[in-house]
Amino acid sequence: MELANLIHEDGVKGIFRVHRSAFTAPEIADLERRTIFDHCWLYLGHESEVAKPGDFRRRTVAGRPLFWIRGSDGKVRAFHNTCTHWGANVCRVDAGNAETFQCFYHAWTFDNQGALISVPDEAAYAPGFDKKELSLVSPARLENYRGLYFISFNPRIVDLASYLGGAKEYLDLILDQSEAGWELVPGTQKYGVRANWKMFSLNSLDSYHVKPLHATFFKYTQSLGPGDPQPPLPDFPGADGRSLALGNGHGVDIFAARDRARPIANWHPILGAETKDEIRAIRSNLVMRFGEERAYLMCNTNRLMLIYPNFALHDIAGISLRYFEPSGRDSMDVTVQTLAPKHESAALRSRRLENFVSFLGPGGFAHPDDLEAMESAQTGFSAGGPEWIDASRGMRRIATALDENHVRSFWRQWLADLSRTSAATETSHAIEPTTR
Amino acid sequence: MNSPSYADRDTVALLLHREVEAFLFNEAALLDAWQLDEWLALFTDDARYLVPSTDTPDGDPHQALSLIDDDLARLRGRVERLNSRHAHREFPWSRTRRLITNVRVTEVVDAEIHVAASFLVYRIRAGHVDPLIGRYEYILRRVESALKIAHRKAVLDLEALRPHGTVSIIL
Repeated sequence: MELANLIHEDGVKGIFRVHRSAFTAPEIADLERRTIFDHCWLYLGHESEVAKPGDFRRRTVAGRPLFWIRGSDGKVRAFHNTCTHWGANVCRVDAGNAETFQCFYHAWTFDNQGALISVPDEAAYAPGFDKKELSLVSPARLENYRGLYFISFNPRIVDLASYLGGAKEYLDLILDQSEAGWELVPGTQKYGVRANWKMFSLNSLDSYHVKPLHATFFKYTQSLGPGDPQPPLPDFPGADGRSLALGNGHGVDIFAARDRARPIANWHPILGAETKDEIRAIRSNLVMRFGEERAYLMCNTNRLMLIYPNFALHDIAGISLRYFEPSGRDSMDVTVQTLAPKHESAALRSRRLENFVSFLGPGGFAHPDDLEAMESAQTGFSAGGPEWIDASRGMRRIATALDENHVRSFWRQWLADLSRTSAATETSHAIEPTTR
Repeated sequence: MNSPSYADRDTVALLLHREVEAFLFNEAALLDAWQLDEWLALFTDDARYLVPSTDTPDGDPHQALSLIDDDLARLRGRVERLNSRHAHREFPWSRTRRLITNVRVTEVVDAEIHVAASFLVYRIRAGHVDPLIGRYEYILRRVESALKIAHRKAVLDLEALRPHGTVSIIL
């Protein structure tokens, strides 16, 4: 099938469909590796993971083993995790603090800025052998936006801030919630899903499924009683919420958080009576700092964000960072972490984590059913019969939170990326107008 | 009365060990049979059920993100959910088989018995056989004459929930 025919869009009839081979064809998976994962900015980690000189973390990004580290010079770098001699991994633990990395194979030693500083029996090499040519190698690009580090394997990609585009406004809405800054909480939920990676991108934006799929979770939270009364509903995002395309394939789903617990800052009984005063004080402080309109968006709305292609930031029961990548055309690896405000009280931190785990985790009351749905869809794609999936919801109106405007913008960017003839071409823009 | 002889003490330890083992095996049988209401009745009111994240096996759930952190109310909610036909990951229920071995009584403090054991739990569903491997830490409390679970922690040896994806059964 011609790439251009993978999406069927009819703006007049309000129809948007994607061919199911997008989830199943090996040649599309190969093309995605080259045109998306070797091209885009990909989430690497949070600055708090490498707070001190020498702090390092091991990560696999788009199937490539990497590690990233704050050097003794204070600068953050990422490296391909492979010795420049015979290729063994030089970083062999998930996290730690080191001044040097000695490859266990032949004991070549690198400093924490990547320079090769020692080779055993160096006299055996000819004078033309130059250690300076054998430093550890960094991915093409590394930049951060307010402490969120991204890498790209594409040297010609636009700068990170330009790439994030309209997503920056919503990242700010999250990151501004803590005056003291943020820290990554220890504990990582790592899991596999037997579905194509794009199912996670789509599910991360989608609110349409929440009521039918997650009924058992809401039954549980409702049994605990009502949350704090809500301020009058402003026009944005309104009673029905909004589904927004933010450019470059990024999107956000934003909706009122009535009876949904938010440590910042919408109290609900699931957060415990002991945190009520503290959560209300956090809200008052945000009103003082940012005014009622912005404080409302911060405290009384939830957001599901997708930074294209594979980084979902959910600001719902806490801040969840979920990044995922293909491990095959019909399987993926997922990593979930959570950010919390620095200097948060022990009581609120404890309740924040309890609340997070009860809903969002792979052992929670909701997320296991997301996985079941994604895997079931993947099985369905091999059933034959229908050739398309449908993403037409809300196509000819101002899209509500249950609509699929952001999902369509993901697919348009995906097709634009796949259709790019050279990885050197900059990301194109194709979004529906999203007037507020 | 004389203090108990070594032989008597060995007998007491042996009987306790057998009692604890029988308790764990009975619990496993209830879970494999999905008799979750009966299983829930084994817990004390102040009980906790924990599954730490795979990279922080010793993490404190108040400070580290875990996979499961249930008090009795949430455990009751979990059981209700699994019994409801709307826990889609477990409807229809998966088949499970729990192999519980290497049971040790590690400490006895008043009425509380600390227990360690190894587990291999198979979850079988939708064409896949997924093994969950790890160890249990229990605190069993003697309430009147029966043993109850005051603390139940399942620590996975897996580096990630891969390919399982979830801990949707009771682990």
